[in-house]
Amino acid sequence: MNEFLDILTNPAFWVAVLRIATPLILGTLGVLLCERAGVLNLGIEGIMVAGAFTGWLAVYVGAGLWGGVLVAAATGAVLGLLHAFLTVVLALSQHVSGLGITLLATALSYFGYRVSFPKVSTPPTITPFQEMDWLGIPILAEQTALTLLALVSVPVVAYVLYRTPVGLAVRMVGENPKAAEGQGVSVVGVRTGAVVLGSAFMGMAGSFLTLSAFNAFFFNMVNGRGWICVALVVFASWRPGKALLGALLFAFFDALQLRLQQSGAAVLPYQMYLMLPYVLSILALVLVARKASYPQALMKPYRKGER
Amino acid sequence: MRLEKRQHSSASALVLAPIGAVVFTLMVSALLVRWAGAPVGQTYALLLQGAYGSVFALSETLTRAIPLMLTGLAATVAFKARLFNIGAEGQLYVGALAAVAVGGMHDGTGLALPPALLFFLMLLCAALAGALLLLGPALMKARLGVDEVVTTLLLNFIVLLLVSLMLDGPMKDPTAMGWPQSVALMGELELAKLIPQTRVHTGLLFAVALAVALWALMKYTVLGFDIRALGANPRAAAFCGVPVTRTVVLVALISGALAGLAGAIEVAGRTSYLTLDMSPGYGYSGIVIAMLAALHPLAVVVASVFVAGMLVGADSMSRAVGVPTFIADVIVAASLISVLVATLLTQYRVRWR
Amino acid sequence: MTDRVLSLSNISKRFGSLVANDAISLDLKAGEILALLGENGAGKSTLVSILFGHYTADAGHITVFGKPLPAGDPKAALAAGIGMVHQHFTLADNLSVLDNVMMGSESLWQATTRRAAARDKLAQVAARFGLTVDADALVAQLSVGERQRVEILKALYRGVRILILDEPTAVLTPQESESLFAVLAQMVAQGLSIIFISHKLAEVLRVSDRVAVLRAGKLVAQADARNTTQAQLAQWMVGHAVSPPQRRPSQRIGKAVCVLHQVSTAPARERLDRVSLTLHSGEIMAIAGISGNGQATLAEVLCGTRRIAGGRIELFGLPLPQAPSELVALGVARIPEDRHGEGLVGDLAVWENAVSERLRSPVFSRGYWVKRRTAQDYAKAVIARFDVRGGGPATPARALSGGNMQKLVLGRALMHPGSLLDTDTRSFTPKFIVAHQPTWGLDIGAVAYVQEQLIAARDAGAAVLLISDDLDEVLTLGDRVAVMHGGHLGQAKAALDWSRASIGLAMAGADEVAHAA
Repeated sequence: MNEFLDILTNPAFWVAVLRIATPLILGTLGVLLCERAGVLNLGIEGIMVAGAFTGWLAVYVGAGLWGGVLVAAATGAVLGLLHAFLTVVLALSQHVSGLGITLLATALSYFGYRVSFPKVSTPPTITPFQEMDWLGIPILAEQTALTLLALVSVPVVAYVLYRTPVGLAVRMVGENPKAAEGQGVSVVGVRTGAVVLGSAFMGMAGSFLTLSAFNAFFFNMVNGRGWICVALVVFASWRPGKALLGALLFAFFDALQLRLQQSGAAVLPYQMYLMLPYVLSILALVLVARKASYPQALMKPYRKGER
Repeated sequence: MRLEKRQHSSASALVLAPIGAVVFTLMVSALLVRWAGAPVGQTYALLLQGAYGSVFALSETLTRAIPLMLTGLAATVAFKARLFNIGAEGQLYVGALAAVAVGGMHDGTGLALPPALLFFLMLLCAALAGALLLLGPALMKARLGVDEVVTTLLLNFIVLLLVSLMLDGPMKDPTAMGWPQSVALMGELELAKLIPQTRVHTGLLFAVALAVALWALMKYTVLGFDIRALGANPRAAAFCGVPVTRTVVLVALISGALAGLAGAIEVAGRTSYLTLDMSPGYGYSGIVIAMLAALHPLAVVVASVFVAGMLVGADSMSRAVGVPTFIADVIVAASLISVLVATLLTQYRVRWR
Repeated sequence: MTDRVLSLSNISKRFGSLVANDAISLDLKAGEILALLGENGAGKSTLVSILFGHYTADAGHITVFGKPLPAGDPKAALAAGIGMVHQHFTLADNLSVLDNVMMGSESLWQATTRRAAARDKLAQVAARFGLTVDADALVAQLSVGERQRVEILKALYRGVRILILDEPTAVLTPQESESLFAVLAQMVAQGLSIIFISHKLAEVLRVSDRVAVLRAGKLVAQADARNTTQAQLAQWMVGHAVSPPQRRPSQRIGKAVCVLHQVSTAPARERLDRVSLTLHSGEIMAIAGISGNGQATLAEVLCGTRRIAGGRIELFGLPLPQAPSELVALGVARIPEDRHGEGLVGDLAVWENAVSERLRSPVFSRGYWVKRRTAQDYAKAVIARFDVRGGGPATPARALSGGNMQKLVLGRALMHPGSLLDTDTRSFTPKFIVAHQPTWGLDIGAVAYVQEQLIAARDAGAAVLLISDDLDEVLTLGDRVAVMHGGHLGQAKAALDWSRASIGLAMAGADEVAHAA
């Protein structure tokens, strides 16, 4: 019990929580935008890998850190455009298209990395984002700018979704596309826009791993974080505020299991601690399953003009 | 731009479309070969040679195709019932775990069983392990409405950690000098080689036989009807008396069992040990194979040989020309997308406004 | 001469080999109510969908207030002043009334939603036309009549001057329909012109100024409503003289076949509340009522797809079995409401659909294996006997037209496989038929065919439960009629003891007030 309290009262623990939560916040917001518009985007895992790689590569060749983030976002956007084309325009299975994009983006990223650095034993590094000492606020000051970006994104996405006409259009398109079409709103246009923007967020989530959390690109770096974001969106009932909460909660448990392993209070084999995040995600899904109010048009393909 | 349904899709179009899509993919992937700085023609020639160009190459391809056929069949039966089993990777590993537990540890569970019986028991346990792993997510979907895509995916990560745990502890091979692998399978339980001096083993016969069995099941049995009806229209299936939950459970058991067998047969036929890197994503490739085969069990055999050929050919090509082996994964993933689009185009015409 | 606000010229549209609209030219004059009449499948919905931009015509053009209308774009239609009230409402259940109404009315580039202004505007529009709604209610909580009001307000909010209503009275009681007609009159007084689609002749003559009749995709007649009769309209709709359907009452009513005692279902989704009913052989019991009052649940309970939570049901003296296959084996013929979504599996072959209900019986399967040859023979027999056209046993069921799908569903329900063995077919008619909206969406020929089959089965001794929201069908076919409202089943009376007025009251639940009092 004492070890628990020691961990919780140590500010470094909460710094870690925020740090672990950042890619989850960005990724979950990305999935949220896509699913609110009615499109399941299982490409997130691959998009995060691609964002991590291209963002890092851009910095490596001299683009500057924010340039890297922009490149990562653009990579995500392009992959999102492909997914939107396949699922919204061609109305192919959203599951299969997303998985295909995950496989494709991951393979392309690994291929690109190997081509760029054929014979390296240790991965080359870059100088990542620095902590924001100028901020003066404890715990936040020890984060990087990307974490601030993630935190600010939550109220911005909420505002756009609930207080702007385009946000209402996104929600309508995810509930009843025929209604949106009948009110003069282009379902294809709005869905594509939402998927592209959401995928840009996913790309940025990936770039956090190589430009902030670490300073190099490794294989298996994303390690299922994308899928956890998909679970978190259901847990968050597709609301940005709850998405932030879910990401923080999840990061809390992840940071906790890491600390427990390190503190010597670990009685179980380390693998069991590492399993905790995934088990929790499944549990979260089961808990909210009954009352989940899905966007009603989620995963239903919409073909205009078809009988 | 919009899509308009075609009146008739000719049968030849349905067969030519996937082939055309694959050819298209290979042409686009040539860009990647250029990026790697290698000559395109020579690279592809080496790729095909390394895949199918000699008896040895063919044997390597067929060896690689065996687990792919089984995970492909696992995905086929599940997707046919609209149960999106993305957990074949994890089911494969638990099948391998069970096989090693029964066939390798304590000298075959300490029972004095004749090898043939032990072999059968080993396969049965592997199948059961894979089946039970998928049963959880399937029931969660049927009873609670939890989407099975995410649950099966997350279980893959959990299973991999479990394997690591087992390899560190109870199943550790004492003779391996620290290398993380399991105890070996008893020699009598290993599968015989089909062609001497090669690695292709009798597991191939198992896989092909299971493909034929699955095809017969889907076409000729009541269960096959139930599965197809459930996947196509769950409401109508319930109306005409298909036992929905029971069918979902059976589909999950069959799909998980097939993936579990993939793991056991890999251990018994190719590696003899269980290692963490035994499967370079066979579970996920199985999904691609199932889609390439348009969910037809017999076509899965062909699609597996294609995908296996890409993977094996890329290995040997990479050694010669230096293009990273990941190009095979790119080709496979891009083939999936282009085959989907090509198949769609056989049913719909594109109309520019 | 009053101006033409709308002009359609030579509109044609095909869906594959089906010609939905064939060179239709039609005008709408300012301030008039034009009724578009035709039987199911005549092309009315397609025509107005083209007008509103949901579909693009293959040929022809449209002029609105003198200007050409861009094709296939609802946004352009709205901008030109055309609005549409769809037959199946296009509303988002999880959003509020205000959200549904104002969505799309502001530019997507606008930085913030002006809700207060929108709320005021909605209140004004609602008051102008006499339609009251709660702007903040979630659509999921509204009744059918209220939802229709929201659907109408969506169009009026956008300031449309031409309003299309597609079968608006399909979901309303006779009294609610009257309220709607009052609203239409109010709209005309405010300067709107209206296109009103219906297949109900009396209504059309009552409310419209002019009538245009479509048949098989062509415009066959236009007439002034004051100068024409129902008989004339019916003749145009069908192409030949139509005599009003004859009543054919049962000659022999036999024993009780199925008895429901105080049957209730769980509170979710259109529940049943202590329903009691006795069905006799040789009798058609018709259940009238607006869809959504529990009829679907009653059908589901008798078809084996819904459990009851209270009361009991007896079939042939024994408790009703739960499983569909047991029901079918006992001789229950089930005709579901939705042939597409519930009756047939479109991707499977016709022969597989033909035997789908009986697959588990020894006739069509031996252990795990399907007896394919026997099944295909049975399918061929059903196709021949019930005139199913559009494909053979191996054709996927989705390739059939709606009418042929219904004939297949009817055939497999009524035709026992024992008839293949050439024995006395009389002993193989179904003993109990549950027919849920069996003629919905069919053309007049198919409707007559289905009704004939039901009467023939009844005359051979079957008990028939007919659920229909078509009052004419209920009053013509039913020997006894009961009305369903809010999960309650009213007292069953002989068909001749009901009038349209009394049935209308019962459908609205008005007679329950009297009962409770």
